[in-house]
Amino acid sequence: MSIGTEKTAASLNEIRALIAKHKRWDQIFIVVGLACLMVGVIAFSALFLSMVWHGWDRLTPEFFTNFPSRKPEQAGILSAWVGSILVMAVTALAAVPLGVAAGIYLEEYAPKNWITDIIEINVTNLAGVPSIVYGLLALGVFVYALGFGRSILSAGLTLALLILPVVIVATREAIRAIPVGIREGAYALGATKWQTTRDHIVPYSSAGILTGVIIGLARAIGETAPIITIGALTFIAFLPPPPLTETFPFISFEWLTAPFTVMPIQMFNWVSRPEEAFQMNAAAAGIVLVVMTLAMNGLAIWLRYRLRKNLKW
Amino acid sequence: MGNGTATVNDVQTSASAPDAAAIGGSSLRRRASSHIKEKLIEFALFLAALSSVITTIAIVVILVEESVVLFRHVPIWDFITGTEWTPLFDNPKYGILPLLMGTLVTSAIALLVAVPMGTILAMYLSEFAGFEAREIAKPFLELLAGVPTVVYGYFALLFVTPILQVLLPNLPGFNMLSAGLVMGIMIVPYVSSICEDAMRAVPMALREGSFAMGATRLQTSAKVVVPAAFSGIAAAYILGVSRAVGETMVLAIAAGNQPNFTLDPMEPAQTITAYIVAVSLGDLPHGSIGYQTIFAAGLTLMLMTLGFNIAGHWLRRKYREAY
Repeated sequence: MSIGTEKTAASLNEIRALIAKHKRWDQIFIVVGLACLMVGVIAFSALFLSMVWHGWDRLTPEFFTNFPSRKPEQAGILSAWVGSILVMAVTALAAVPLGVAAGIYLEEYAPKNWITDIIEINVTNLAGVPSIVYGLLALGVFVYALGFGRSILSAGLTLALLILPVVIVATREAIRAIPVGIREGAYALGATKWQTTRDHIVPYSSAGILTGVIIGLARAIGETAPIITIGALTFIAFLPPPPLTETFPFISFEWLTAPFTVMPIQMFNWVSRPEEAFQMNAAAAGIVLVVMTLAMNGLAIWLRYRLRKNLKW
Repeated sequence: MGNGTATVNDVQTSASAPDAAAIGGSSLRRRASSHIKEKLIEFALFLAALSSVITTIAIVVILVEESVVLFRHVPIWDFITGTEWTPLFDNPKYGILPLLMGTLVTSAIALLVAVPMGTILAMYLSEFAGFEAREIAKPFLELLAGVPTVVYGYFALLFVTPILQVLLPNLPGFNMLSAGLVMGIMIVPYVSSICEDAMRAVPMALREGSFAMGATRLQTSAKVVVPAAFSGIAAAYILGVSRAVGETMVLAIAAGNQPNFTLDPMEPAQTITAYIVAVSLGDLPHGSIGYQTIFAAGLTLMLMTLGFNIAGHWLRRKYREAY
């Protein structure tokens, strides 16, 4: 009898030791997980602080109003940020209608057949195509076959194709969140499918779509490789012709065909020069670029957060 | 859109016809014309959806078309097995292997960083972290994924390489190691976010069963959740590979730009993507051999990512767990 209790006590201690050991492993894993998170935080802080350290002095008002120059201390990003904004305008005008329409079709109209399957698989696969391949596509199609040249129009359309999957997926997710009851209500009142889509589905999903569009544009504004491939110049000391003119018809589309440069290309050009003074310019351009993309992504995350909080059907 | 407005006008003119006897007919006509309008709109939306398929076809056509011209000059076997890549020299050699090697070495380094870190982060965020930690960490990781790659290139060349040079004194200024490491950090958010989605999709009952058997959190997460979510985790790894293989700017800036047939990560080398950028920066005439080589390089890249994607589909199908 007494031997039996001793045995149970011993094995109980063993089990307790075992439990303690495994719980310790739990604790160790939590530390490892936090360490991984910290690596991300530290890497990002190092990235940002090293750019601020090198480039802060170059971030003067003149940096934004000067053209690039052979003298690093006079060089600025005027042509780069103007180019970025114009390219983004073309990208948004092309990608948003096309992506939203495609998303609406796939979610509201598409019948269940092999064509729909192909389109769906294709959208998923397009999202995984390396961005430089889009650049090659644009070089062959936009620059040479369609004759748009190395222009703002070519660049904008290239980036539009690149972010199309992002816009489509965001549109689909936003539409999928709308309850079927809304559609049934509209149909019950005699609305046609398009009336339902135009008056109910699109307005109710617009915040979600906007989030996706902002994330897509934030990605497009930082894209470098496809724009280099279509041949953006790295040294542009002039601005494209203004879209508004003083003479009739007051609006001009000449800027679409103008040569251009964009922010990330300007930064790439400076970072690949051996002189340290140019690398300071690269750091300054990097700060502007990171702040711009972070602001856009932050806006998207905040929008989505608000949406999730306020949305009650 | 033009068609849509035209039909709207038709409806209005027919509805406002003063002839009372025609009212019945016009409402019928209106139904018919609005039916046509519906069909036209559906067709326009279908065309928009089809544009993505057209993009894919155009990519394949362009890459194959230009590569075929190159392969008329260069035997395809030499292209696949040649160990020298000097297409722009006087005595050109067209062996893709050095570029392929550069791509594989840098991608391997990146994955050695991104796969363990991404998986651990996903396990931590999905199984261990509280609601608040997750609400802070996830947007942060998303922001990290949004930083432009050219900025990461700057970071690799002017921050990571100097630090590595302190540890490894004979490391050259351009090398695959630092580019690969930075690329790894860059891919972590993608891998971890898809892994985490897969883990969170595992039903709670499986975890509860495991806890009821006396398993700890780590045991449950490593032996129940990870195997159950494996198809999704595999998809995340495949996406990581695709991103590493297709990444351009970090490598064009920090890895050096000479083709180098080596496995040594301490040496500079050129990747397929960096080659395309290097050629595009110079002004190559349309239709020259150099112009065609970037399309052949692009085709190689495309086939690689396609191969990985097919492998991913296969893995997902093989290890799919249905609940």
